[in-house]
Amino acid sequence: MPDTVFFALEVMLNGLMAGVMYALVALGFVLIYKASGIFNYAQGVMALFAALTLVGLLDGQVPFSHLINAIFGTDVHHFPSGLRDLFAAGEGASGFTAMLGRILGILIPVLLTAAVMVVLAWAVQKLVFRHLVGQAPIILFMATIGLAYFLEGFGDLMWGSDIKALDVGLPKGINETLERVTNEAFGYGFFIDNLDIVAAIVAAILVVTLTLYSQYSRQGRALRAVADDHQAALSVGISLNYIWVLVWSIAGIVALVAGIMWGSKSGVQFSLSLIALKALPVLMLGGFTSIPGAIVGGLIIGMGEKLFEFFIGPLVGGATENWFAYVLALVFLVFRPQGLFGERIIERV
Amino acid sequence: MNAETPVEAIPTADDRKIGPVLMEMKHITLRFGGVKAITDISFDIREGEIRSIIGPNGAGKSSMLNVISGFYVPQEGEVWFRGARRPQMKPYQVARQGIARTFQNIALFDGMSVLDNIMTGRLTLMKTGLAAQSLWWGKAQREETEHREKVEKIIDFLEIQAIRKTPVGRLPYGLKKRVELARALAAEPMLLLLDEPMAGMNVEEKEDMCRFILDVNDEFGTTICLIEHDMGVVMDLSDRVVVMDYGKKIGDGTPDEVRGNQAVIDAYLGVAHD
Repeated sequence: MPDTVFFALEVMLNGLMAGVMYALVALGFVLIYKASGIFNYAQGVMALFAALTLVGLLDGQVPFSHLINAIFGTDVHHFPSGLRDLFAAGEGASGFTAMLGRILGILIPVLLTAAVMVVLAWAVQKLVFRHLVGQAPIILFMATIGLAYFLEGFGDLMWGSDIKALDVGLPKGINETLERVTNEAFGYGFFIDNLDIVAAIVAAILVVTLTLYSQYSRQGRALRAVADDHQAALSVGISLNYIWVLVWSIAGIVALVAGIMWGSKSGVQFSLSLIALKALPVLMLGGFTSIPGAIVGGLIIGMGEKLFEFFIGPLVGGATENWFAYVLALVFLVFRPQGLFGERIIERV
Repeated sequence: MNAETPVEAIPTADDRKIGPVLMEMKHITLRFGGVKAITDISFDIREGEIRSIIGPNGAGKSSMLNVISGFYVPQEGEVWFRGARRPQMKPYQVARQGIARTFQNIALFDGMSVLDNIMTGRLTLMKTGLAAQSLWWGKAQREETEHREKVEKIIDFLEIQAIRKTPVGRLPYGLKKRVELARALAAEPMLLLLDEPMAGMNVEEKEDMCRFILDVNDEFGTTICLIEHDMGVVMDLSDRVVVMDYGKKIGDGTPDEVRGNQAVIDAYLGVAHD
């Protein structure tokens, strides 16, 4: 086969991998939208905030250090040791101890960040959405826009606004095994990022876990019940507040996963929250209410925009990745407004 | 007859025993803005009985049921349940106390199967917590199986075996009503509230529903409070009846007593004005 075909295949594979990243963000949107009918504009910022918090904990940054320094005239930036180093074994430690230290130094900050996201979920529910129960969807949407900007500023204030590197020990660079194997087999080596492969695996695990959880667990059933009918859910003894805090917590943890992946790939910076916007066409394609839809939608958008850029881009002057996803979503809206996997609204007459 | 008259046990035609007071509404007044939906109504519900609230459209029957189930909070009056005054509660807390209900306009989970819908009725009875469920899969599975068995019994009882796996959204109206009853029953409630269980049904469906209500009361000993505006059906089913009109109580007693009550006759047939 000619190299162009292989190259197109490679582009497609890379697109799929990029799509996984979009899907990770879209997943958080779906969870909250399903359970509460709220389109959470702040999902992307939540991912940014989670990543910032994780970096802060790993590196031992002092939270609100700018604020503290400005008020007290001090000059604090970092604790003597970040959590990563706190658990690191000393020089000359055996292989196992060193490994354990490295794992703990990552795992504990990740768990702490997850806890922060749960507290955030609780606070958002308690301070904002509890007071907006029964309001029109547009009001709830506006509230999430407010939340997004608040959280963005709060994250800046807490951890500073500079671009940070996030390293949680995920493999980086090109997967050499894949390149060698494909090179031997087809005479063409495929370049796929290790990190993208990890992201794909993580996304798969996440989707399977979430689907099993919502289908078979007691909370999952309550969650689906709340998503379906509030009144009926109340009548069978489900506390709406509890479920909403639960859902925002899960969405927060999904945001953390997305934050880790995006942060590892391109650094923790403000543009991370803009990725959230790419999740919009993903959701229009996949459907706002379907977890598998978010994944499939992400894959189609990711693959579509890379292939389009590859084949059509040169003819129209490039930079098609900026708009392709939105136009594809628009076309989809016309033919299938509920998305690929969205629930059809069946109206009995 | 006065509702507060101490009656220890009322023998009924089929010789069922009616127990002590389970729930008592004392001087309930409910307003929406300036409109009074319920004005100073008191009545009680005894264990094991079928208690009906009847009245013309707009009499405040559904509002009363919503007060009992915690969806509405009355401005005045007290709700007593099992001998204690009930503090102000959210609907889900009321449900957890053992009060299940159905809705006039059917509130089911349309996206879920019949079985899943009925299983949600057992959520309040499930013990295994969030952590245990994820860590201790075996125990959660065992519990699920037990609940499933109970639910299957209810499915058999209400004769809906054939539609067990059907998404509720696809069912015809009469069956939806039945599934809603099944979900309420799955909670093994002490008090079952039915909001117009026969509204919009044809004669055959009505007869089925009547039979189910009587059987539930008979076999499970469930106390039932139901709302209907169809006098005929209610009189056959009920042990005692409260009659409401324009938010006020105009009659209370056995079906025969209520039938002979002049105020009730006037409310239903109209009064001659001259």
